[in-house]
Amino acid sequence: MNMASQPSQFTVLMRVLHWLMAAMVLTMLGIGVAMVASLGDYRCLVSIHRPLGITILILVVIRFVNRQFSTLPPFPATMSSQERFVAHASEILLYTLLFVLPLVGWGMLSAARFPIVLYGPLHLPPILPHSVMLFAFLRKTHTVVAYLLFLAFLAHFGAVLFHTLVVRDALFSRMAPWRVRAR
Amino acid sequence: MPSDSPASAEKRPAPLRSSAVRRLVGIGVVILCVAGGFLYLGGWFSPNALTPSRFVDAFERAAGVHSGFRRNHAKGVGVSGYFESNGAGARFSKAVVFKPGRVPVIGRFSFGGGDPNVVDAPNMVRGLGLLFRLPDGEEWRTAMVNLPVFPFQTPQAFYDNLVASQRDPKTGKPDPEKMAAFAASHPATMRALGIIQSHAPSSGFDNTAFNSLNAFLFIDAAGKSIPVRWTLAPLQPFAAASAAATAQADKSYMFDELIASIQRHPLQWHLLVTIGQPGDPTNDATVAWPDGREQVDLGTLTLDHIESEETSLARDINFDPLVLPSGMAPSDDPLLSARSAIYSQSFTRRAGEAKTPSEISPVEVRK
Repeated sequence: MNMASQPSQFTVLMRVLHWLMAAMVLTMLGIGVAMVASLGDYRCLVSIHRPLGITILILVVIRFVNRQFSTLPPFPATMSSQERFVAHASEILLYTLLFVLPLVGWGMLSAARFPIVLYGPLHLPPILPHSVMLFAFLRKTHTVVAYLLFLAFLAHFGAVLFHTLVVRDALFSRMAPWRVRAR
Repeated sequence: MPSDSPASAEKRPAPLRSSAVRRLVGIGVVILCVAGGFLYLGGWFSPNALTPSRFVDAFERAAGVHSGFRRNHAKGVGVSGYFESNGAGARFSKAVVFKPGRVPVIGRFSFGGGDPNVVDAPNMVRGLGLLFRLPDGEEWRTAMVNLPVFPFQTPQAFYDNLVASQRDPKTGKPDPEKMAAFAASHPATMRALGIIQSHAPSSGFDNTAFNSLNAFLFIDAAGKSIPVRWTLAPLQPFAAASAAATAQADKSYMFDELIASIQRHPLQWHLLVTIGQPGDPTNDATVAWPDGREQVDLGTLTLDHIESEETSLARDINFDPLVLPSGMAPSDDPLLSARSAIYSQSFTRRAGEAKTPSEISPVEVRK
């Protein structure tokens, strides 16, 4: 038995990044959908949306790199091979959406020639040429990817709830914010 | 809570089945609630709330949809030049634009309203959008008009006025009853219109003064903020618009005069900043600040180049009044956030549309 080399949980850094990003991404999705429908709160929401989006972009890169160098806990025995395949594919999908969404946001503001202020005089350089047609395309893409991310989040959340409350396996404990001893 | 071993589920007998169904239903309810909360934030359950989208719809109802054009201030022309700061602003704001020196400027003169082919007339609202490119990569954008005060206190009042002044398709005119009802319920607008009508319009764009209307904050190096409003005061001498000019055959005579004048010599404006005192309203653009407030000349704007929208960079710029450099900040005026949101909506709609030729064509500018 090589139980010693098989961790029962994701590493502390992986769990910190997961829950930190979960809070940030949910906040971001809420801000995003609210700000496009808002007049009075628009300024305040936009001024959070842009720097928070860039923070998520940086964190997702750190998280992806860190994942490559970390030992992952195995899937619980209750998961069939098909289920494992779906779980793995959904993870790739979530990483892709989390990376693409802020990048499209940065690109679309670049194409609109709109400054991306982070804090005070600190701002990002444009990554695309000034083209309003390109902006229009990326602006639509940004919305579509955001809704896809929200749907992917719901599927992820639903699957974890299903495992925890119905199958009643130890899936959740792998990512639990608290320490769970291996049994 | 997640401590059940995988095997324990299989060992349990039938009662688990019904509880499993209940749990499944519970999960479904939780997911629906999260999705519902998301849609609630997006305004899906408040169909009557005023949103940027509904505001721009009202502009489109008033003037029609003109492919590729701004939904308001549709008729315009691009300009460029520079701002020469005299350094006097550094006392009030740490913004790089107020250090002594020169920064390039892109701008756009326009008439208010959503019709890009409207016939020039001196009594229409004149706009000037400017983008200052600061040496550190920051930008200052401002969209000004020639009115001394703004006619509406809130976005809702502006919207209600757009709806009330909607032309009746039968008569071709707004419904006088709706207009009267709006006037009766908006005393601030009526007071502002009184101030606006007491100012005679000038003969052309070149001798027009343009105002920030909304109050902003200047923040100095020590972090102290003061409320300000600004005005671009023309160096070109004032001449009143003549009644005869309105009957001109040339439907773009004011733009043509601007083109001729800027091609004769560069046009210049002083940037005058009015320093607000405690108690001066910063959240009400319908009210002028009392006379005698300190006014400081921060430098001179020079516009020496004019272009058709078809070739000018200005067409594809959103002169969002909340693009401000460090050292400047929005005031508590509710119009500012709404302007930013609505400009963005108008920009997003026109960005993806085919661009229609501008009334002021490149040929017009060159002749």
